[in-house]
Amino acid sequence: MNKKKIGLILFIFFLLVPVYWMVNTSFKDNTEILSKRTWLPETFTFRNYVHIFTTQGWRDSFINSFTYVAINVILVIVAAVPAAYAFSRWRFRGDKHLFFWLFTNRMAPGATFMIPMFQLYSNIGLFDTTLAVALAHCLFNLPLAIWILEGFMSGIPKELDETAFIDGYNFSSFFRKIFFPLIKPGIGVAAFFCFLFSWTELLLAKILTGIANKPIVVTLTASLGAEGWDWGVLTAAGVLTMLPGVALLYFIRNYITKGFSMGRV
Amino acid sequence: MRNRAWLFLIPALFLVSLSAFIPLMTVINYSLHVLFPGSIPQFVGFENYVDVLHDPTFMGTIKTQCWFTFQVLLFEIPLGLGIALAMPKKGRWLTFTLVILGFPLLIPYNVIGIVWRVFTRADLGVIPAFFARFGYSYRPVEHAVDAWWTVVVMDIWHWVPLVALLCFAGLQTIPDAFYQAAKIDGASTWATFRRVTLPKLRYVLTIALLLRTMDSFNIYSEPYIVTGGGPGTTTLFMSLYTSSQAVGGFDMGIGAAMSVVYLFIILILCYTLYTFMVNVGRGGGTTR
Repeated sequence: MNKKKIGLILFIFFLLVPVYWMVNTSFKDNTEILSKRTWLPETFTFRNYVHIFTTQGWRDSFINSFTYVAINVILVIVAAVPAAYAFSRWRFRGDKHLFFWLFTNRMAPGATFMIPMFQLYSNIGLFDTTLAVALAHCLFNLPLAIWILEGFMSGIPKELDETAFIDGYNFSSFFRKIFFPLIKPGIGVAAFFCFLFSWTELLLAKILTGIANKPIVVTLTASLGAEGWDWGVLTAAGVLTMLPGVALLYFIRNYITKGFSMGRV
Repeated sequence: MRNRAWLFLIPALFLVSLSAFIPLMTVINYSLHVLFPGSIPQFVGFENYVDVLHDPTFMGTIKTQCWFTFQVLLFEIPLGLGIALAMPKKGRWLTFTLVILGFPLLIPYNVIGIVWRVFTRADLGVIPAFFARFGYSYRPVEHAVDAWWTVVVMDIWHWVPLVALLCFAGLQTIPDAFYQAAKIDGASTWATFRRVTLPKLRYVLTIALLLRTMDSFNIYSEPYIVTGGGPGTTTLFMSLYTSSQAVGGFDMGIGAAMSVVYLFIILILCYTLYTFMVNVGRGGGTTR
């Protein structure tokens, strides 16, 4: 028992050291960052954070990122819930193959899908919109959401559906009143993972946006100026990009502890 | 019934076509052409594939990539499972651990690269200072071994939390009754783990294993920023090389052919893993 605790504490320490270094750096000024190795900022400053909050470009790109992540999560959940329901409830021809094939989409190398994605979304007139990024991110989020939700739904006995239909519920009222509350934790967990992957993805977000809808991940690397990277601002932005997800994780923590494990496999 | 199932799949299939199917067809189409930006594409059949398979750098990246994926899986899956088992089951400490686990996952990939670059800078970083105490001069920019382990450890740091979160969610569904029964039967800790926990975790372990396999193949931003593929080609992963070919103003047909070969390798690997995970332990009757 104690060995477990020590292992866990060591691992948490290992996780936190680079994060601490990022937070630490974000409160230093650039002279200190580039001249000394200090465990606490000697010249404690909010300059980097003030810079981000007062610069139009930084604020806009935070909003852009939030927009496409939100659209992506909504699209993915709306499409994945019925799909996962079909996979968990019915056997139909080719279901096993389709289920695996859906997951293969995630394998597509983002780095090499950049040009085709760019052409596709330019052709349908969506280039430099948040919607384009949201749609493109379905590439890796949709399969994952379907897998997670299918796991949750298969944990709910089929007899529940049948009893409800015998009791005179039609499909939509059954879904709203009985099924949805039961799979809410699953939706929460799936939404969290979609948020996570969409928020942190760089390549597709970069190629599909121009000036107007530049996301935060691109602004970060674009800040490479003539005198090199502004490390202070970069690390401050890193801290800020981490926070929304951490808040989300805090809110859905009880859903994760509900767990998911039953499933098709 | 069958038709209704397909009806339910329409929204998902529509999104898949926009995000995966059409781009994939485009890539396959490119791979059969000689395609310099700004000139008329010329159909060449499978010539690009022949070129790609004779490119020693590309074949080298396949080896590097598979070795890397094997190593990170070897560390990440057992470590993630171990963390999940060691996590507190409820209360404030659980919340604390969950939130901490989220930290590395929620930092954008390029910021992770930046953080690790600050962290490993030869003159001001923490890791070089740590190694200097033991008299080892750590230089990831020049030393192949240092660069390799930096990328591996960075990947472990980044993704073990994901495996741990998935495993933890899986563990929560195993009813206490199973453990009590095992205890009454006098099963050892190892036997309980082997006969109760592992089979019940098969679904989440499959997801974790497949996710990590395919995502580690797609690793791009972090090594790009931290090592830039170097020194030499030690950390030149498939995606780094392929994208340098696909967007560098070269023949896009070659880049596309590389992507198809690359996709094909992941597909075979994942299919093998998937089939293995579906069938392993099926015989014993202990599952589900």
